[in-house]
Amino acid sequence: MENPYLPYPVRIDDIVTETEDRNLKTFKFVFLNAEDEKKFAYTPGQFAELSIPGKGEIPIGIASSPTEKGFVAFTVNKVGLVSSHLHNMKKGDVMGIRGPLGNWYPWEEMKGKNVVIIGGGFAFTTLRSSIVYMIEPGNRSKFKDIRVVYGARNPGMLLYGQELAAWEQRDDIEIHITVDGTNDPDWKYNVGFVPTITEQKITSADNAIAIVCGPPIMIKFTQPVLEKLGFPPDRIILSLEMRMKCGIGICGRCNIGDKFVCKDGPVFSLAQLRALPSEY
Amino acid sequence: MTEKIFSKKAWLETLHGLTKEYKIFVPVRDGDFSVFQPLEKDTEPDFDYQNTRLSPKGLIYPQSERMFEYSLDEKDPESNILKEAPKDYSPQAIVGIRPCDAHAFQLVKRNFDTPEYPDPWWVRRFESTTMVGLGCNEPCSTCFCTAMGGGPFDETGLDALLYDLGETYLARSFTDKGETFLSKAKGGKTADEKALKRAAALSSKAAKGMPEPKELDPIREKAINDLFDAPFWEDVAFACLNCGTCTFLCPTCWCFDIQDEVQGKQGDRIRNWDSCMFPLFTLHGSGHNPRDKKFQRVRQRFMHKLKYFVDKYDAGFHCTGCGRCVQFCPVNIDIREVLSLMANCG
Repeated sequence: MENPYLPYPVRIDDIVTETEDRNLKTFKFVFLNAEDEKKFAYTPGQFAELSIPGKGEIPIGIASSPTEKGFVAFTVNKVGLVSSHLHNMKKGDVMGIRGPLGNWYPWEEMKGKNVVIIGGGFAFTTLRSSIVYMIEPGNRSKFKDIRVVYGARNPGMLLYGQELAAWEQRDDIEIHITVDGTNDPDWKYNVGFVPTITEQKITSADNAIAIVCGPPIMIKFTQPVLEKLGFPPDRIILSLEMRMKCGIGICGRCNIGDKFVCKDGPVFSLAQLRALPSEY
Repeated sequence: MTEKIFSKKAWLETLHGLTKEYKIFVPVRDGDFSVFQPLEKDTEPDFDYQNTRLSPKGLIYPQSERMFEYSLDEKDPESNILKEAPKDYSPQAIVGIRPCDAHAFQLVKRNFDTPEYPDPWWVRRFESTTMVGLGCNEPCSTCFCTAMGGGPFDETGLDALLYDLGETYLARSFTDKGETFLSKAKGGKTADEKALKRAAALSSKAAKGMPEPKELDPIREKAINDLFDAPFWEDVAFACLNCGTCTFLCPTCWCFDIQDEVQGKQGDRIRNWDSCMFPLFTLHGSGHNPRDKKFQRVRQRFMHKLKYFVDKYDAGFHCTGCGRCVQFCPVNIDIREVLSLMANCG
């Protein structure tokens, strides 16, 4: 068994500034050793530790899909020491990735079901991974209808703008983009908070699983909407964030009750979370 | 099983002889307290000690350990690539470890030696360590090992055990590691019936008057949230200073932090003991902190030891009753009282 604390060395292959406040950037990494890419076999919903020698490590959801080969991508918000340093790094720089870590969205359970994806703000990253994965021609037939509600504060804060526009044009996925507000007279999508738009656009919980990722306030107000639609707590899936260090359930800080968010999560159903202390 | 008798003087000579094959740690008096130190030529071990202030957990799991090293020099073709830092795994023996502290390693093993991600450093150092215990003829007033499933002469987690018979030690081995250690120990003679009887008498005398084993069921049967939402946590935490002494001294506390340290162009990734008593332990980058209040952190410590661990591993409480937290807490918070509150709540 290889050392689970030792990151794979990677090179930054591309950097895309995603939002108008320049606080979110997507980093594409290429493995220095080709065989490491195979070892880093991941499933949408998982995360990894981005490891910068001299600075430290941060746990970040994987934004690329396993169907995209030759690289892995992460969208990182500039918050603390490591993420601020990362934002100042450039193409060609060498750093590390440790993972994949944690569990994933319930893909086996989702087979043959309608999928509702609800995302807000910069928590859309592993949802992007999931959407790309599901609409891959080899995978699309495994799922029934796919409906997405994705919102941000304003149009300039939406992630993956070009992809959103391309998904909008497809007929095998239904995308409802929304912003809290905008003064753009040409804005052609929705205006309103995510829970409101969910209530308007998602009409049924029949044979459906909902995956919800976003800021706590969005999750708080989306839950009653979904429950009113008829989603039982075991079909509402959430992904949690927590301060982490080891990422493998050993260092002891990310527990909720007897579960570790890094190892037993980050993906939990609302039913699972209700049986645990609300300490997150 | 080997049973040998050593005069106390011969035992010391034997230990010095064994330093060629093992790095040997023994309890040594340091000011008002005892501490485990390597046995060197002029070391004076103190086997009449009660227990060390600091548990010996650091001999397997150092308080601060270099995990990796790296160069940040752009001219170095290997710059920014982490390499394993050299570590010492040569055989070591902790001689005179108390049964509670050996028991603690068995509990902590469940965290570090998991099937999915065995911690490479903890596991290897644990495997290279032989634990030669010293039974407790006179447990301290703060000891409650018997309540936690152990005892003053409990063999759990030990490779061999010493019985202090006054002028002599009876040394008894139970594992391959213990057998090897005693086979290498020069001198000593086979234990006679009289010595064995005295050892048995010491062991039963020491356990007399110690608390009865605590039942797990009253806590195991309660829902996590009923204990989590119990009304007494603010009271329990009222006087707590969040100083972290309990977590630092506890032989079963295992939490760690990972930090990078750089000097010039050379860097180390280091892991350090950490503590759930500190707010930074759970502070998110966003500023949100799921345990930002003192009572939440105190609750976490007790819930982890007495409920989460019990539920997760079905291996008893995550406490061996060594009594250090009781003895050294500056505001006299007593885990035995918290255990009663939890068992009797609702």
